[in-house]
Amino acid sequence: MALIKNGAFADDTWIDANDNEALTDQATVVSLHRWQSETDVLKSRNAPLGLRLDAGESPEAIADDIDQFDLIKLNFPAFKDGRAYSYARMLRQRYGYTRELRATGNVLRSQLQFMHRVGFDAFEVDERITPEVYAEEVSRLHEVYQPSVDDEHPVFEKRVKK
Amino acid sequence: MYRYDEFDASLVKDRVDQFRDQVALRISGEITEDEFKPLRLMNGLYLQLHAYMLRVAIPYGTFDSRQMRMLAHIADKYDKGYGHFTTRQNIQYNWPKLDEVPDILRDLATVEMHAIQTSGNCIRNVTSDQYAGAAKDEIEDPRPWCEMIRQWSSFHPEFSFLPRKFKIAVTGAAHDRAAIQVHDIGATLTHNDNGETGFTIYVGGGLGRTPMLGKKIRDFVPRAELLAYLEAVMRVYNMHGRRDNLYKARIKILVHEIGAEEMIRLVDAEYEDIQKNGALGLPEEEIARILNYFAPPAFEPLDETDTSYAEKLNGDLAFANWAKTNIAEHKAPGYAIVNLSLKPIGDIPGDISAEQMYAVADLAERYSFDEIRATHEQNLTLPHVKQSDLYELWQKLTDQGLATPNIGLASDIIACPGLDYCNLANARSIPLAQEISNRFADLDRQHNVGPLKIKISGCINACGHHHVGHIGILGVDRKGKEYYQISLGGSADENTSVGKILGPSFDEHSITDAVETVVNTYLGLREDGETFLAAVGRVGLEPFKEALYGTD
Repeated sequence: MALIKNGAFADDTWIDANDNEALTDQATVVSLHRWQSETDVLKSRNAPLGLRLDAGESPEAIADDIDQFDLIKLNFPAFKDGRAYSYARMLRQRYGYTRELRATGNVLRSQLQFMHRVGFDAFEVDERITPEVYAEEVSRLHEVYQPSVDDEHPVFEKRVKK
Repeated sequence: MYRYDEFDASLVKDRVDQFRDQVALRISGEITEDEFKPLRLMNGLYLQLHAYMLRVAIPYGTFDSRQMRMLAHIADKYDKGYGHFTTRQNIQYNWPKLDEVPDILRDLATVEMHAIQTSGNCIRNVTSDQYAGAAKDEIEDPRPWCEMIRQWSSFHPEFSFLPRKFKIAVTGAAHDRAAIQVHDIGATLTHNDNGETGFTIYVGGGLGRTPMLGKKIRDFVPRAELLAYLEAVMRVYNMHGRRDNLYKARIKILVHEIGAEEMIRLVDAEYEDIQKNGALGLPEEEIARILNYFAPPAFEPLDETDTSYAEKLNGDLAFANWAKTNIAEHKAPGYAIVNLSLKPIGDIPGDISAEQMYAVADLAERYSFDEIRATHEQNLTLPHVKQSDLYELWQKLTDQGLATPNIGLASDIIACPGLDYCNLANARSIPLAQEISNRFADLDRQHNVGPLKIKISGCINACGHHHVGHIGILGVDRKGKEYYQISLGGSADENTSVGKILGPSFDEHSITDAVETVVNTYLGLREDGETFLAAVGRVGLEPFKEALYGTD
């Protein structure tokens, strides 16, 4: 596994804590369950906090706590499970989340552009996906038909400007 | 017709290049068949019983002679000289070679065609009324809106990995020829009290193993907000649609399980939010640009009825018979809509040879403002023909075997590919369609029976729409043998209904007799001018059961 963040390999400085593990003062990612059952403890901690959301765990659950997280990981249990595309877009657009949004799980190279478009900026990928592959895949389609979270202007806007 | 600008062309080219790379990775073994599967499925490439099958999109069924010639060229060069029109207004090729598929897609791109999203769990090719822009009962042409939906749904970053495939149909006429109530989303173009254009939205219709009719969830969505509203429906489905069971993953199951009220609540909440946070409203200039592509052709000012046409109808019985079934009323005086039957007696429904494709292209250019339509009933339509040209056109169609006067009659059968091609099928559909067609070969008899829609599916997935056939036939597997179950009374128009199963199924040797018995029973009990569907509605299943299974 490698981490590609904003298009380049990056070191993963985060610890993925399971629900029973004692927390250190390092940057740590917890599950939604842990966040919900230990909210006060986690809020008073003096270290960066991240959140894991699995498919089926809508970000609606943390709508009021967005500012608490420096990292949100959305898991793709299978490449076919596309729920996290909606979650990502909601986090960015509806809830105004601006920090790292990371795709984990079954991430295919052919999906990178869609993930990028809905607001992911970091990806846990297998060793076949290098920054070069990432750069190629993320700009596969040079035009887009619909507005999303990225900066791309949909073609209907470009047409009107012409 | 819509024409690509540089943006549309760029997108299709990028996709062809991408798929060429992906095929190269597969052929070199760098990716496995499992890894290749989602990639090919995004490009309409299936692995069938004997070979790959490529499904090419004909967006909302509208195309022209240039495109038809390319479809013919592909049939000749890369396939076995024919293609197969499907119930979703697409065309399929049954024998492409994997290493040539990128070349086929490249060739298609030269005429603004592609195979994008003709398979996979994404928003599929949008379908519509084959008479759009020509029908006399039309409120407005639905195709500009289909084109806007096509663009919005193509490579949609959020909705390309849905729980299951997703089909949208749009109609703009009072009489529903697009079967919108058996689609995941059905949209009917309508005018509100202020004369503004908008859409009534139905959601959760579908066939398959659990046939359901769409529920109306919105009376009026203003036209400029159509895409925003669709986006709301899609997000609700993407997040809440079931992913634990392939057979319960369509939106119809979601709507059924949570109820229409709750569906409306969820969609409305999303819709409100989408409008608030950067609405997906198309600019008026863009709407006007797309509407402009579908401006009516330059119809000549003609009399309502052409005198030479009327004379030929009186003078030539064969022509009159053809006109009776294969022609529909056109909105422009002196014009007609012409249906080309791809159901010659005893032949394979929907199949067309390359030679016929070239001929249709020539005829469309000569007689129909260069427009062709593919219908969901697996026929073709020339939408804008002058009445004064009908006789000549009929003669030329007859020469090509495309003038069988059977549109809407017993031999105009819808059939899925069935066990001859498909790895899901329980039973063969095509040979049965051929046998029934042969049984009713006598055209006088067919005309006497009147409107009759026979629809055959080789398995419960219902690609042959058997649930909505006046006579529906479903292939089932009984101890490794092919059997067929009959249902009666289905319909896919504005009074959509799902047919009811008659009783025990029939084997391949007795199914055609059973269909004939059903038809003869109808002939024996019908009242004056009563269609098959109306008669079944009046008398119910009993008389047919009695005729087939006797009384006990």
